[in-house]
Amino acid sequence: MDFTRRDALILGAGAATVALLPVQAFASASDDAIAAFTGGAATSEGGIELTAPEIAENGNTVPVAVSAPGAVSVILLAAGNPNPDVCTFNFGPLSGSQSASTRIRLAGTQSVVAVAKMADGSFVQTSSVVKVTIGGCGG
Amino acid sequence: MASGVKPRVKVPKTASAGDIITIKTLISHKMESGQRKDSDGNKIPQSIINTFTCDFNGQNVINVELHGAISTNPYFQFEATVPESGDFTFTWNDDDGSVYTETKSIAVG
Repeated sequence: MDFTRRDALILGAGAATVALLPVQAFASASDDAIAAFTGGAATSEGGIELTAPEIAENGNTVPVAVSAPGAVSVILLAAGNPNPDVCTFNFGPLSGSQSASTRIRLAGTQSVVAVAKMADGSFVQTSSVVKVTIGGCGG
Repeated sequence: MASGVKPRVKVPKTASAGDIITIKTLISHKMESGQRKDSDGNKIPQSIINTFTCDFNGQNVINVELHGAISTNPYFQFEATVPESGDFTFTWNDDDGSVYTETKSIAVG
């Protein structure tokens, strides 16, 4: 069978679409998780700070810290993990500040998303891209 | 997985009334994510600690819901307000129904 330049281009475009599909699936899974947390309300920027390393050598333990003054709860999501949920912090009446830090697993290079629910019912969101050298989800 | 689970908590021994103190907690736990496979290619079922709670004299300080993406030996650092002398109670709930608790006293003076 003869491969014309046109055929090759069509094939290439098709392959690129297929390759992009899983990425979109992951992104929508984290969007769903955000929507479940906010109840569909819009999120704004600012008022929340997420501290994560730029490069993590080991995806099994990536230290992250989140701080959101005035928040009642903060959800952490890893958009590129098989399951985007990471953890939810609910701050009680005796919490000294609306901040916490922990260590998380990341399957690969991806953005970590933090969404905070403020005391007035509004939502703020931030994200930070972490480059992961060795993924942390096993094989 | 309920073997070898050991909670470790770091709380200052004393504080002034109304002080904000930093608390560090760590519990040794495998946190099996449910994504790994054994040598036969079967998925190892998820076995994690799913909730962590810190209370001071019955009042909640922080409550965390954990998922599979929390690392082995879950570590948390957070801040608490200390209005009076009393006890911090830390509770971890395992997927298998086990509950691990730890208590630390703090004196205000």
